[in-house]
This record gives sequence, structure tokens and C-alpha cells, in this order.
Amino acid sequence: MTTANVAAVETVPFDVESIRKDFPILRQQMRGHPLVYLDNAATTQKPQLVLDTLARYYAAGNANIHRGVYELSEDATAAYDGARSKVKQLLNAASSREIVFTRNSTESINLVAQTFGRQHLKAGDEVLITHMEHHSNIVPWQLLCEQCDAELRVAPIDETGTLQLDEFERLLGPRTRLVSVVHLSNSLGTINPVQTIVEMAHRHGIPVLIDGSQAVYHMPVDVQALGCDFYVFTGHKLYGPTGIGVLYGREDLLEKMPPYQGGGDMIQSVTFAKTTYAELPNKFEAGTPHIAGAVGLGAAVDYLHKIGFDGIGGHEADLLAYGTEAIADVDGLRLIGTAAKKASILSFVMEGAHPHDIGTIVDRDGVAIRTGHHCTQPVMDRFDIPATARASIAMYNTRDELDALARALKRVREMFPA
Amino acid sequence: MSDLRDLYQEVILDHNKHPHNFGELNDADRHADGFNPLCGDKLVVYVNFDGEIITDVSFVGSGCAISKASASLMTDAVKGKTVTEARGLFEDFLSLVTDDKAQLNHATLGKLAVFEGVRDYPTRVKCASLAWHTLRAAVEDCHEVVTTE
Repeated sequence: MTTANVAAVETVPFDVESIRKDFPILRQQMRGHPLVYLDNAATTQKPQLVLDTLARYYAAGNANIHRGVYELSEDATAAYDGARSKVKQLLNAASSREIVFTRNSTESINLVAQTFGRQHLKAGDEVLITHMEHHSNIVPWQLLCEQCDAELRVAPIDETGTLQLDEFERLLGPRTRLVSVVHLSNSLGTINPVQTIVEMAHRHGIPVLIDGSQAVYHMPVDVQALGCDFYVFTGHKLYGPTGIGVLYGREDLLEKMPPYQGGGDMIQSVTFAKTTYAELPNKFEAGTPHIAGAVGLGAAVDYLHKIGFDGIGGHEADLLAYGTEAIADVDGLRLIGTAAKKASILSFVMEGAHPHDIGTIVDRDGVAIRTGHHCTQPVMDRFDIPATARASIAMYNTRDELDALARALKRVREMFPA
Repeated sequence: MSDLRDLYQEVILDHNKHPHNFGELNDADRHADGFNPLCGDKLVVYVNFDGEIITDVSFVGSGCAISKASASLMTDAVKGKTVTEARGLFEDFLSLVTDDKAQLNHATLGKLAVFEGVRDYPTRVKCASLAWHTLRAAVEDCHEVVTTE
């Protein structure tokens, strides 16, 4: 195996029925009904290609990577590096040296906070985020700010869940050292104008991290066109395995950052007197990495390219519009998150019915949705609600499934009259 | 829908809509805060005593139907009881919602028996028991927020 496995994959015409056949879990019945899986923002299901790749890796390709002089280890190393090249292509990064494998988005953000952040923040400095961030893009910065005696600033959102861009720009000050914003909000569905955000921040010389956890499986991302400094995502939302995530970082920034964790594989040489660190990206990958996870993620990227973002984007936009309308005539239902630019997320509350009860009742019809604060408690506080019910869409969902959701919500209404 | 009705019995739906003993208790002897981080349920339980006897008890807060109805029925059940009797009821209630082999004393449980269906919904046990944990904290004068996690 060499880097030949990075070869471009040919796109096939978008056909949801044939896509569904690629996902074995969707054939299951739940509580006597066909599974209607609408919790994709939490994690997506895995296509057969990913499952086969994982099984094949462990059955025929498993060895530890780097420094093995035997063929199996060379193959495993090539497969791991090949996965990195696929992610580089997915994000259109300039170099594979800019792609660091982590456990997930959370670890990627913590890595930046504890290396770049610790390097650049002094007492009185600021980190700027938005009100719609996931806890994973809040808490690492709170920890950092506590360590450095710095301040976390928060740009507000309006009633529709749209970032107030003028307020955001006003908060970019001489003490701002880093901006960290979500690309696509997991609890509201809002798509942030990340390109504009990067331009604004860069005018002040401030680097930008984008949390792309929810964006990467719905739309093409080009980190060079965006001009962002860091971009993070997690594999399991991109139809890949759990436990594998990605940090993209601009090479010149990564070069200057200190290592995150110490250990094997991240060194060039070790003596008790002095250790020198490995080249990028290995400097940030201490210990045996999740090799199978990376290889599985590479297969997921192949699968995405085969289906193509044009087809995925069109289908999901249709489903979002259709679903919005289908649930609109449920009595007393109110959408939370109605930004002009949004994708994939239908977050809602129902008068007289708590989200947790909604979730339990629709589950009886085989409909899987998520209920709660979605790790965005500040968003719940902003809208003065304890929780929402959230249906989230992926490429394999259908209009029929959104009809099933609407029917199940009408049953909720029967049990809990408005 | 019949199996869902085992969970959402009429009594539970009624108490959700029209909870008993809902509101702050002025000058309460004790109160405690409860929080279920899983679904965001929050409530405060207030208690007044005359010696060992719980003379009055009330709650405020927001939550799902199960947690709200449970708080409402709990206040009805423990009012006028001694602290020891209330502790015993809590134990019986926990068995009711978690242990399908438990020998239940329907005479002491009374209306609380409507929560029997909860045991088939393990994720909802925390909803049903939040008020009880919070009551215990109030009785024991615990100042930490009680969480079900």
C-alpha cells in the first residue's frame, strides 16, 4: 500500500434509496417500527465501506506504525498516512503536515488552548467566542483563561439564533488573542459567516479557530479559501468511527507551538539531558494513535466523495425545508433556531410537553431524536428554555421519515394537549 | 399506545398539569435545590417541621411530566408523616421504580404506585426520583445542590 490509495473517487448520481442500502443499521426495527434515525448531530451511522475497512484493517493489516521494518508495519504506516492525505484533501489543506489526528473535536480544541493558548495569552488578554458554542468550545477556553488570568468574551446572538456580527466585530479588541467560533451550530442549525469572521479577525491580526464538527459532513470545507488558522472536527459525525478526530492548523503556527502531550512517537531523540521533538504532525501525536480509527475515517472520506457534496447538500436542504413544514402544523410547536442560513437541525419546544417526554413518546414509534440542552446550556438560557427536542438530518434520511416524526409529534400532542 | 399509557398514566398527566403543593413555602424551616443535568429539570423543595413531623411541604421548579408529577405526589404522600416514615416511603418508591422483583407494599405506597411503569424506562428513573432526593437533602439540611448524576 502506498499513497496510491488517495486517488480521487468518482462521484455517483445522488440516490437516497441506494445510499440507505449502504447503511446496515437502517434495516433495523425499533420497537416494532422501522428505525427513523434523526439524531445525526450527535453521531451519524456508518456505511458498509467504513465497517469493511475497519474489519479488514484488523483482520489483515494490523501492526503498530512507524519504525517497523517488516511489511505489515509498513502497510499499516502507509494506511495511516494515506488516511491523513484523504483528510488533507477533504479540507483542502496545503500539506498533510497540517493534519493532526486527535480523539475528537474536544481534544483538538483543548490541544490548541493548552499549546497555542498558553503560549500567547497573558493576564488581561481575551479569547472571543459566540453565545452559540458547544460546551467543548467554551470550557477549554475557560480553563485557559483561568490559568492565564485572561478573560473569555462572548459575542451575542439574536432571537433567530443568528450571530450579531456588528457586536462580534466590536468585541475584537487590542487584547483579543484568539477567536473560536462554531461553523454550524449543533442546537440551532445556524451556519455562521465564517469567511467574514476570519476576515474581520485577521484585520486585527487575530487568529481564528473554527469548530467544524457539524459542518464537515454537510458541506465542502476549504481551509485555504476560508483562511482560518485552525479547523477542528470529529470522525464519528462524518460517518466514521468514534475516537478519531482532526485538528487542522496552519503549518507556521503548528511549527511554533509546543507539544501537547509527551511520549513515544512525538520525539526525534531522547536523552535524560535533552529531548528534541518530531517533525509535524507527529510532534502532536504522542503514543500509539487510533490507527484503525484513522483508516476508518479515511474510508468515510472516500464514501463522502463518492456520494458528493452537491448531491448531499441538495437532498439535505430539501429535507430541512420539508421537515420544517411537516412539523409546523403540530399545535403549539415552536422552532428554536430560525436563522436565514441554517442546515440539518430542527430544534423545537412544544407548549405543555417537556422535551424529555416528547423524546420518550416518539421513541415508541421508532423515531430517535435527542432531547436536552445538547451541550449548549448558554443557548438554552438565551431562549429561556430548559431544553429542546432536536431532530437532525443526514444524507440517508427521507421525506417519509420526517412525516413519521410529524405523526409521532401529533401523538405527543394528543397525550399532552396544548 | 397502551404501553406508553403504563408510563404516562392519567394520574401522572393530571399532576403534571395541575401539581399539588406547588409554590414557595414562606419562612420554610428547610429547603434544598435539585437538578437533573441530563434533561435540565430543576426544582426546590421546601419543608416545615413540628418536631419529627413534616407539617408542610411544597415545591417549585420546571421539568418533564414524570418529575413534576412525582414531586406533586410526593408532597401529598409525606405531608403529616414523620421523617422516619418519609425515609421509608423513599426507599419503597426507589424499589418501585427500579426493582421489578421488589415486594411492594401497595398499602403504604398508595397513589405513588402509578410510577410503577417507570421501571421499564431506565432513562426516566432519575426524573421520577429527583424530588425525593431533594426532599432528603432538605430534611438532612444539605446545602449542596442535589444532582441525579
